[in-house]
Amino acid sequence: MNQIWIIAKRELNSFFDSLLAYIMIIAFLGFTGFFTWLYGRGDVFFRAEASMDAFFGVAYWTLFFFIPALTMKLVAEEKSSGTLELILTKPVSDWQFVSGKFLSILLLILISLVLTLPYYITISSIGPIDHGAVWTGYLGTILMSAAYISIGIFASSLSSNQIVSFLLALFIGIFFHLLFSMIAQSFSGLLGDVLDWLSISSHYQSVVRGVVDSKDIIFFISIVVLGLFGAEAVLVRRNLSDN
Amino acid sequence: MDIVVENITKRYGQQRAVDNVSFQVKTGEILGFLGPNGAGKSTTMKAITCYLSPNEGDIKVGGVSIHDNPETIKMNIGYLPESNPLYTDMPVIDYLKFIAELHGIEKSKTKDRIREMVDICGLEGEKHKKIAELSKGYRQRVGLAQALIHDPQVLVLDEPTTGLDPNQIIEIRELIRKIGKEKTVLLSSHILAEVEATCDRILIINKGKIVADGTAGDLRKKAQGREILKVGIENGNFNEVFKALQGINTVEIVDFISKSGNTFEVQSKVGESSKRAVFQTCVDNGWFLTELTPTETKLEDIFRELTAN
Repeated sequence: MNQIWIIAKRELNSFFDSLLAYIMIIAFLGFTGFFTWLYGRGDVFFRAEASMDAFFGVAYWTLFFFIPALTMKLVAEEKSSGTLELILTKPVSDWQFVSGKFLSILLLILISLVLTLPYYITISSIGPIDHGAVWTGYLGTILMSAAYISIGIFASSLSSNQIVSFLLALFIGIFFHLLFSMIAQSFSGLLGDVLDWLSISSHYQSVVRGVVDSKDIIFFISIVVLGLFGAEAVLVRRNLSDN
Repeated sequence: MDIVVENITKRYGQQRAVDNVSFQVKTGEILGFLGPNGAGKSTTMKAITCYLSPNEGDIKVGGVSIHDNPETIKMNIGYLPESNPLYTDMPVIDYLKFIAELHGIEKSKTKDRIREMVDICGLEGEKHKKIAELSKGYRQRVGLAQALIHDPQVLVLDEPTTGLDPNQIIEIRELIRKIGKEKTVLLSSHILAEVEATCDRILIINKGKIVADGTAGDLRKKAQGREILKVGIENGNFNEVFKALQGINTVEIVDFISKSGNTFEVQSKVGESSKRAVFQTCVDNGWFLTELTPTETKLEDIFRELTAN
């Protein structure tokens, strides 16, 4: 655990040192703030009700694009600069390495989300707000972010080119984000159910709506674990003979 | 802490980068790993440091197998990889602190260790700079500092002196020799003089196979086999001198280098030395001996002979 934390801390520091973290946080707050307060259609004033739905709706899409931009360098950069060899010959296992990377981005997302709490405080002072729905909304957003971070790390481990990693993460992500649920609508029966179950959007929606089902939690955790295992497996693959 | 490499083979596709290699490095020994580019030096080092696992064979460091407990081995090894990869966006001090944390050095000791490393590796003036701003030589020092920071029992250095200027090279060599007295050091190089100056033992590897193993002296003797003397004689008739030299019974072949200066190349029979006999012949005939130099086979020649086909 200690090693995971040390790696996550270094990664997080490098994000803040390189300004990437600030840019990402400001852009995130800017986007979500604009669509929550100013956009005109669908914002808080248009709806004339004290709810965070507008915010979560925007966060859902913003994070979908931002997370791959953050995760793309995590493994790819270490591969291309050779530091992967350096770090993995320290007392660090492949799994600790991958988990540390995961933790760093998750913390960055948490920081961004904490900074949106003023939205919540302001809206709740305008009118009666469903507090439970806000907290499950945050929970859903965190779970969804965790899933995309994990997918992003897996994509990053597949290539030593950051752009390839970014596009790959978006490509894998769009299936979970949009396509599975769209395709599911045109199928009935088992196939439709399976596709619907695979869709992050349907699980996200059910959590955000305020229904925290253990099935949804298990779904998100499975995606996280699968993605990280995938990334670890790709790293271990350097040992296979036909490589 | 010994390193024992037992019959390791590492394949990349069809190519065997390391082919059934076995050797040992004992505590307090500095082993020089020598070979042309692509001979398998780095691959072997990567296997020892648990970055790559070999397809066949086993490596034990301090009795612990890389297959059983790589984390323990990694704790005991200080490794400087070939291209010296570093997190260039970090300042030197932060970087060393990060590595110290990964090695589990106690917080109270970390500061002292870092100060010591900065001292030893001569990084005092650069310690607050970002690694990206450093020259190649200073980066190499940072690489050494990170390899040494946890006071490892085993040191694996892949081409430690590349990019350093001559003064720095001498400093680093002295440092390695100092460390090598108590620890196990394996260093690779393709510079012969460096290995000869630093190492107790030399291992030459070519195309994944070990082609020579021994001290610099051993290797020379092995390749040389027979003594070659450069002899200069004055005051004598050229033909007489030539005949007299050939008449010495330990001499195999006499060749003349220059007729005017009366210098000859005298090759002795295997295992024999002709120095005394040459001198005695001159004394007996009243000739003046101007030169008697043993020609040493250079390690370069041995290296070229062993690694060229």
